[in-house]
Amino acid sequence: MSRKVKKKFANTIFNLYGILVYAFLYIPVIVMVAFSFNDSVNNTVWKGFTTEWYGKLMRDGEIWEVLGTTVLIAVFSTVVAVVLGTVGAVGMSRVKFPGKKIISTLLYVPIIIPEIVLAVATLLVIKKAGMGLGMLAMTLGNVTLILPYVFITVKSRLAGMDTSIEEASLDLGANRLYTFLHVTLPNIMPGVVSGGFMAFTLAFGDLVIVSFLANATSVTLPMKVYSQLKRGIRPEINALSTVILICFLVIIGSYKLAGIILEASRKKKLEEEIEREKEKDSKPGMA
Amino acid sequence: MSDVNEKVSDEVIVSLLNVEKWYGSNNVVKNMSMKIKRGEFLTLLGPSGCGKTTTLRMISGFEEPSAGVIKIENESVEMKEPYQRDVNTVFQSYALFPNMTVFDNIAYGLKVKKVPKDEIKTRVEEMLELVQLKGFEKRRIDQMSGGQKQRVAIARALINAPKVLLLDEPLGALDLKLRKQMQLELKRLQKKLNITFVYVTHDQEEALTMSDRIAVMNGGIIEQLDSPKNIYEHPKTKFVATFIGESNIFEAAVNEVKEDCAVVGMECGRGSILPDDVSLGDNIYVSVRPEDMRFDTESVEGFNIKAVVKEFIYIGNITKMVATLSNGDEIKFTRLHTGKLPQVGDVINVYWSLKDGIPIPTETAAELQALKNVKIG
Amino acid sequence: MKIIANADYVKRKKKSRLSQVFMCAPLTVWVVALILLPLLYLLFMSFMTKGPMGTVKYIFSVESYIRILEPEYFNVVKKSVFIAAISTLACVLVGYPMAYFIASKKKISGTLMLMMMLPFWTCALVTIYSFVIMFSNSGLVNTFLMKLGIIHEPISLLYNNFSVAVGMVYELLPFAVMPMYSSIEKMDKSLIEASKDLGAGPVRTFLQVTLPLTKPGIFAAVILTFIPCIGYYMITDMLGGGTTMLIGNVIYNQFTSARDWPFGAALSCILAAVILILMYVYTKFGGDLDDLGA
Repeated sequence: MSRKVKKKFANTIFNLYGILVYAFLYIPVIVMVAFSFNDSVNNTVWKGFTTEWYGKLMRDGEIWEVLGTTVLIAVFSTVVAVVLGTVGAVGMSRVKFPGKKIISTLLYVPIIIPEIVLAVATLLVIKKAGMGLGMLAMTLGNVTLILPYVFITVKSRLAGMDTSIEEASLDLGANRLYTFLHVTLPNIMPGVVSGGFMAFTLAFGDLVIVSFLANATSVTLPMKVYSQLKRGIRPEINALSTVILICFLVIIGSYKLAGIILEASRKKKLEEEIEREKEKDSKPGMA
Repeated sequence: MSDVNEKVSDEVIVSLLNVEKWYGSNNVVKNMSMKIKRGEFLTLLGPSGCGKTTTLRMISGFEEPSAGVIKIENESVEMKEPYQRDVNTVFQSYALFPNMTVFDNIAYGLKVKKVPKDEIKTRVEEMLELVQLKGFEKRRIDQMSGGQKQRVAIARALINAPKVLLLDEPLGALDLKLRKQMQLELKRLQKKLNITFVYVTHDQEEALTMSDRIAVMNGGIIEQLDSPKNIYEHPKTKFVATFIGESNIFEAAVNEVKEDCAVVGMECGRGSILPDDVSLGDNIYVSVRPEDMRFDTESVEGFNIKAVVKEFIYIGNITKMVATLSNGDEIKFTRLHTGKLPQVGDVINVYWSLKDGIPIPTETAAELQALKNVKIG
Repeated sequence: MKIIANADYVKRKKKSRLSQVFMCAPLTVWVVALILLPLLYLLFMSFMTKGPMGTVKYIFSVESYIRILEPEYFNVVKKSVFIAAISTLACVLVGYPMAYFIASKKKISGTLMLMMMLPFWTCALVTIYSFVIMFSNSGLVNTFLMKLGIIHEPISLLYNNFSVAVGMVYELLPFAVMPMYSSIEKMDKSLIEASKDLGAGPVRTFLQVTLPLTKPGIFAAVILTFIPCIGYYMITDMLGGGTTMLIGNVIYNQFTSARDWPFGAALSCILAAVILILMYVYTKFGGDLDDLGA
């Protein structure tokens, strides 16, 4: 075999491997979507096509309430974590104070200890503080869980930012708040968005923390699904999961698409401008 | 070297009085006092770590002096935030806002001050014209070349009509040709706008080309603050003599002071200088520029320095000659008389015009002691 | 004159710091109140005594820690570590080439990485439940294998260590790929070229250059998969069918059905201690905590 053929062969194997791993990740998702159209309450064997479950889903008030709770907690947790994590990461990168190293190390704890330990510890303290369980407690627990992800992504974005642009802003007469809002924040925004997105994904899917901190009236979707496991998940849940997946895909897709369109229009504008300049230059007597 | 700028007034615009800066136990700026005059182009020149950038950052307000007073137009500013001072900075890394267009970058200072939109527009356009960037206002920063970014940074600072413009090695990132061009342009801008420039650089040629005055800094202190001509021709310290251009430095003792010359004894022999600034028994350095070094086959009156020609180095249009003195030190010659070039290994008699041997006081007692020991031995 | 300037300097320093303190304060308060305090309280609780009816008596005892050594629980610990180790190994072995694959597709590697997260953009439990559907006796896999004639009667794929490990790998693979991908991406590619230039074959280059250079990423991947594996009780619940009990399940039971808080706290503390020792080793070997949140 020549080297070229060998290399091509290795490449093909490599690509095949990639496809296989994606297949492993996606087949369960495809099964989930497929069984949302399965004409059987028993969610294990394929019986035929139906859209019945989507209809049932639409009329199921309880499920929508559960979804509402889940989204509310996830959104609220994400907002709090993003604000706290972003402001904190900027502050921590600028100031030195005794114990700063300990605080920033402790921030990694929610990532490195098993979720269940964090859940238990939070439960104990909330009980001790005399606070009731429920939505507020669940939100507190969720924020603690996702805060490190926001903090780390913003921190790494900040590390890549030239801090002299903040000095330039102060130098040009802007105070610290104006500088934060007009210079720092726009430049770390990609980090804030991706950290926030990661945080939302984790908060939305979290089962461990919320099930320790919930009360009887605050049930989230993962908790609801978990409680159905023993009897088998009902097809409506599959339908709902499919709807959620589509929502996520639409949001991410449009975010990516908007970025691509923006970049393309910018490129086009620049090209036009360069074209115009060239024309100007070629006209005699203009310089 | 620039000619004297007649627009420089005697009025002091920035003054530093006994300014100190400590980072922990590290004393970066030592008891510095300096007066900067309105309309002048002053350069802080020195090797990296000499405290020049720290000094600049104390004037702009990014660093707080550990002690001392900084005044801008007779007003103490060391308690003021950077945004409360009427000075602007051009940063080494340009520090342009990557999230804004060229127009928004330049307009930033005016927007902060809530200047009306129409006025911002006209003033930005004026600035763009001044730095020759007309038609670039809608460009994003990442679409600009290094030289263009530098112009934007200058325009962004100048639009605020600062009392002093601080420039922190602004040409460091540009290539040689562009740097030369920008040097001239900066000088042109400074003369045209008549704004005080405080310029930080480690490039001596840049400093000599542009400045009205140069403050040569080393180890946190100002070694000499003077016009480029005086700095070059009359260095006050050994550091200045060696940092600005090349110098042959001889350790010497004044043995005899006559009316028209002073005779100095050195380890390698005997030489002569003008008698003006020395007195009998002084221990000094004698500094001679390589282009002022002379040699002859026969001995010259007042001199008794012998050297062996070691090598010739060709640098484009200049030929450098290196010779070894009797004590093993090497000396350099650059302006060679063509025609009677010696051969490597020849013995030559070294001398200089009296006015070219510049006496410099020795700095420390330790060095003095070392010199004495040599003389005894 | 100098003394006055110094006094002013001290005053000013305090004033300009105010805004920055304001930025750090909320995060610091949160970390202390909801991370540090709970963990300390957890430690405290683990040394208390269980009272009747799920109450806690505030009497110091090490009873809970001694109980962990009972064979019933000690076996659970052993089994948890075993399953977590298997799952971690699988995640790294599957994930490393995957990370390399994604890093090699430079133009679309961002999108490929995002695509790995797709199973998380829905109700993750439902996708894991898909394995129950696929692995059951009449499920997809068995039907497929029987049609091919490889097997003649259904093999039992569900409710054993195998299915639990598959579920764990499924849930944690993206977290293993992420840090390995970022360390492969950060690697100086010219070193590989240099190695090849010096006559090393691809295998040798991989073992002596690529692997050592990407070690921090691999170590981060191990930590990011091993730790959750130990605590993920719902995967064991779903795919282990109650026959497989892990530490996570035992802890969960202490706070639900068994109502023995000190014992649950003690188990949690042991778990946390093991992890913290692991982390200490990780940072001592030059690991960067930031790689864990990539």
